[in-house]
Amino acid sequence: MKLSNRTKVMEQGEMTLAERMYLPAIVGGMATTLKHFFSKPVTIRYPEQKRYLGPIFRGQHILKKDENGAERCTACGLCAVACPAEAISMVAEERKPGEEKLYREEKYAKVYEVNMLRCIFCGLCEEACPKEAIFLRHDTMVPVFNSRDEVIYGKDKLVEKMDQRYLREGLK
Amino acid sequence: MELLSDLFLAKAAFIGIVFAITLGVAAYSTYFERKIAAFMQDRIGPDRAGPFGILQPLADAVKMFMKEDFIPANSNKWLFIAGPCLSMLTALMTSAVVPFGDTVTIGGTTFDLQGIDVNIGILWVFGIVSLGVYGILIGGWASNNKYSLLGAIRAASQNISYELAMGLAIIAILLFTGSLSTKAIVEGQQNGHWNIFYQPLGFIIFLICAFAECNRTPFDLPECETELIGGYHTEYSSMKLGFYLFAEYINMFISGAVMATLYFGGYDYPGIDFVTAQFGNNVAVFVGMGALIGKSLLFVFVFMWVRWTLPRFRYDQLMGLGWAGLIPLSMYNVVVTAFGILIGKPFTAGVVGVILLIVGLFVHDQLFVKKKIA
Repeated sequence: MKLSNRTKVMEQGEMTLAERMYLPAIVGGMATTLKHFFSKPVTIRYPEQKRYLGPIFRGQHILKKDENGAERCTACGLCAVACPAEAISMVAEERKPGEEKLYREEKYAKVYEVNMLRCIFCGLCEEACPKEAIFLRHDTMVPVFNSRDEVIYGKDKLVEKMDQRYLREGLK
Repeated sequence: MELLSDLFLAKAAFIGIVFAITLGVAAYSTYFERKIAAFMQDRIGPDRAGPFGILQPLADAVKMFMKEDFIPANSNKWLFIAGPCLSMLTALMTSAVVPFGDTVTIGGTTFDLQGIDVNIGILWVFGIVSLGVYGILIGGWASNNKYSLLGAIRAASQNISYELAMGLAIIAILLFTGSLSTKAIVEGQQNGHWNIFYQPLGFIIFLICAFAECNRTPFDLPECETELIGGYHTEYSSMKLGFYLFAEYINMFISGAVMATLYFGGYDYPGIDFVTAQFGNNVAVFVGMGALIGKSLLFVFVFMWVRWTLPRFRYDQLMGLGWAGLIPLSMYNVVVTAFGILIGKPFTAGVVGVILLIVGLFVHDQLFVKKKIA
């Protein structure tokens, strides 16, 4: 059965004189390597240079704030439920009067922790979130950690800073 | 010779400089080997130690010295130690007869930029290169390891096979020069009369044999990883392994220097008369020394270039090429050269010889080789 019309019938007979002398093939091979010698390398110096990984790369988590600087998360727990690796945990707290500037909803997450050793960066938390509060950044990866104390990321590391807001295309 | 005479001191200093250059080039060959490999594979290569990884040989040396120096329990301990030493020794001794330059006059005394100008110079090179295989053989045998022994045997038989073709290629050169002295060979090639123009076939034969003698790809069967783990240096570690690897790079550099001496005019370079007229004899000679080293480095690059292009031969292919290919070819070359000298037109004879060879091969191919059935 023919799958395509591109099948080539290969025949291995006696080699011609040029083939038996190997020299033309060697010269051709040397030319190929010399061409690559002068071409640009495809690899990069990784930790110093980084590649753009695309607008939908799933990197480090961020807890978004709205345009007034109030946290969007309402501690509904849907992200924790959606998480297949059970990496997310949180403690909810009721918003006190006078805290409207800090928290957008009447309930907020007092503690919000992501265990980066458990997280598989699947992005299901992002999809589950009804408040558009948690995102996986496309521009930052979770840095290498050397001890288990650094593994659990609390709100101090996750909440967006107002002076360096995270925006990506298509995100208001 | 008086021990503290000017000549002795000058020779000692010169040999010291040649050793320093050789060892430095060998050390940096390891770095450039990796860099060239990387460039040919579209990578960047080592770049962590210092700017552009320029301190990589230093880091490698530290690594080599810090590793455990292991001697296998059932090995022959003294021979095991002697192997790499012998390899290193013979590798360094070859450079003694390579003429790095003409004579210079410093402070009224004339010095020869050559270790020793013996009248059997090229035989010295051959003798030392033949001895070089002892280092491999002793190391492989003393390891008491079948892979090492196999590697050593391969190295020995390969070196013996290719030495024949190499010797025959050189005989054609000697027909021109009429002298075995390397100095005389170089002096016969001054002002652009390089032997490569008269001996293109001989040069190709010599180049292939040099690859085989240095145990470089595509002839690196003595240490071929896929079959023999590490070949003759399977059991070696630490600086003893380093010596073997170092000896290989030194051999590459020196064989480059020998090839430049025999075929590319040694320390000759275009415009030597102009430089002599403008800046004096000494400057011209030192530029010539630079030219020779540059030619050798070019050959080192070719060695690496070939290594990262060609796959390894099978052992029977290696032997077939050596005995059935190169030796008849070099004999043909000797005959053609002799004929050319007889009729007094060596250049024409060289060109005609190559053309005749190609035509002959083609005719033979047409008449006697079975064709593909289309």
